[in-house]
Amino acid sequence: MRRRIARRYAAERRFRWLGLGAIVLSAAFLFFLIITMVMQGAAGFLETRVQLPIDFRAAELNVTPEQLRGDRGDLALAGAGLEGVVDAAAGAAFPTAGGAELLSDGAWLRVRNAVKANPALLRQQVVIDVPVNSDVDMAFKRAGTPAAERIVSAMGDRLSSGLNHDFFGGADSSDPTRVGIWGALKGSLLTMLVTLLIAFPVGVLSALYLEEYAPRNRWTDLIEVSINNLAAVPSIIFGLLGLAVFLNTFGLPRSAPIVGGLTLALMTMPVIVIAGRNAIKAVPPSIRDAALGVGASPVQVVFHHVLPLALPGILTGTIIGMARALGETAPLLMIGMRAFIAAPPEGLTDPATVLPVQIFLWSDEVARGFVEKTSAAIIVLLVFLLAMNGLAIYLRNRFETRW
Amino acid sequence: MSHKINAHNVNVFYGEKQAIRNVSIDVDQEDVTAFIGPSGCGKSTFLRTLNRMNDTVASARVEGDIRLDGEDIYSKDMDVVQLRARVGMVFQKPNPFPKSIYENVAYGPRIHGLASGKAELDTIVEQSLTRAGLWSEVKDRLSDSGTALSGGQQQRLCIARAIAVDPEVILMDEPCSALDPIATARIEELIHDLRGRYAIVIVTHNMQQAARVSQKTAFFHLGELVEYGDTNDIFTNPREQRTTDYITGRYG
Ligand SMILES: Nc1ncnc2c1ncn2[C@@H]1O[C@H](COP(=O)(O)OP(=O)(O)OP(=O)(O)O)[C@@H](O)[C@H]1O
Ligand SMILES: [Mg+2]
Repeated sequence: MRRRIARRYAAERRFRWLGLGAIVLSAAFLFFLIITMVMQGAAGFLETRVQLPIDFRAAELNVTPEQLRGDRGDLALAGAGLEGVVDAAAGAAFPTAGGAELLSDGAWLRVRNAVKANPALLRQQVVIDVPVNSDVDMAFKRAGTPAAERIVSAMGDRLSSGLNHDFFGGADSSDPTRVGIWGALKGSLLTMLVTLLIAFPVGVLSALYLEEYAPRNRWTDLIEVSINNLAAVPSIIFGLLGLAVFLNTFGLPRSAPIVGGLTLALMTMPVIVIAGRNAIKAVPPSIRDAALGVGASPVQVVFHHVLPLALPGILTGTIIGMARALGETAPLLMIGMRAFIAAPPEGLTDPATVLPVQIFLWSDEVARGFVEKTSAAIIVLLVFLLAMNGLAIYLRNRFETRW
Repeated sequence: MSHKINAHNVNVFYGEKQAIRNVSIDVDQEDVTAFIGPSGCGKSTFLRTLNRMNDTVASARVEGDIRLDGEDIYSKDMDVVQLRARVGMVFQKPNPFPKSIYENVAYGPRIHGLASGKAELDTIVEQSLTRAGLWSEVKDRLSDSGTALSGGQQQRLCIARAIAVDPEVILMDEPCSALDPIATARIEELIHDLRGRYAIVIVTHNMQQAARVSQKTAFFHLGELVEYGDTNDIFTNPREQRTTDYITGRYG
């Protein structure tokens, strides 16, 4: 008797240790992932700048501050030949370090922005911080090629580090110092918006119909089996479907968030239907009886009682489905979202890319500067995902019924 | 004919299986009518035919003629929603909505448009809770959840909810089976008070309860109505041997 009790306690202890071990192991993996991402990616949000002295008085610019202040200022600035002035200034300032080669391709844009903000600069001699090229950037942050290392040590304290604002505002580029995540982020947002607007109402209404109205017969059984299978279909097949239906049949534009959203909606819908049906099924029948008993019509029962009680479950399922859609790459590649897109999309039909595809594209680049950009993009994607999950938890708690 | 409900030759089937055989019964407006009988004999089934709650069971089929004030409730012209507002129901397990006490009672009047303003709705809620004997206990906590009440209070809240739509008949399916003796006594008292205002039909497994609260009693057995008459007669002088056996506890 006593031995049996001792054995039972031992079994319980073993089980507890096993469970604890599993948790520790998964936490360790997660921790490792986050640490490496942050270590690699944090530098991706930073840029290296060099102080570039420019003497506008000596430069041959065919523009005056007065022209810039007029309403055709942008045009005047575009034709001013600023790029040449910047190159010349760099050649003069860093003759041993490669001159204009030292700077990022986007360096002159900083100068342009500075002049735009303060046209009076055109009559002055100024020093402007501009981004350096990828090799020097790498060498300054961590370690680079021997040549770049030599430049870094020669430049000394004329180099500095700062937050890369362009990363949050720009889109893809072939120069790693000029790329931005905003294009992909906006593409993801627009795509998710389309997915949500299509998949949520259609999914919830299907779930409601199947649970509340559909007769139980062979057809509904068939539909049920189909939906369950649909949820397990590999996502690339949805991509092919989207390609065939939305692009070839309906002739929607390639690479557009609307097509991506529709394709992902096809994929998300079954998840929402299944989660919705389970949530609706979990509403106790006694509540339906109670509502019917006081003379509520079937529609009133659904909208006043069943749906509010099922909502936390439906929302949780929706967000899980959306999170999955947010991370999808394969189906979007099929509909052409892998193109090089250098400007953030302006609308649902503009060419766009999304975060995971952008990560995939950058991870494929050979230039070393893209490694940290890839990690930085992963951090942005993970933050987006965490925000969505946080929203799910908030909504669930907000609408949860306390019995 | 001052009968509130006339049921004539009612048969109920669940798929192939017949749960009610040829039952005819008349329910009076002034009476409390009790349905008794062993478990599975079809009391609930028959009760639920009276406000067409059986419509929600896909396999259920009802035959026969059931009239409320002479109107056939299974005719095409009868609106089920309207019918259920006229014939309210209280269930075995208290099932308040997971909403505030006020909302529980106000829900029915609101969907039927019985109150034209907040003040009127307040009056209906207070009146219903008062009639259900719950007002003094909850008047300071109307915004608390209905599910936070005790079982007995919840059942009275369900009765208040049924009363609030001003029904003509109230059906109660074992309303006290989940309650302790004191809460049961309160419900029985309440049924006494409500008698006359509403025709009440109550299903119970408790002989004493049937004897205490009802004027008419119907004894069901295996889907048949064995005996129906004044409660006094049924309990003191039953005509059928089966009734005697059941009441004296020979089976149950
Ligand atoms: N939804 C249903 N589907 C199929 N058969 C049912 C259904 N509901 C009840 N029955 C059957 O109908 C018969 C009568 O059931 P009913 O619930 O009316 O009995 P009851 O007298 O209320 O019993 P109890 O006193 O235990 O509540 C039983 O044999 C039961 O199995
Ligand atoms: Mg029953």
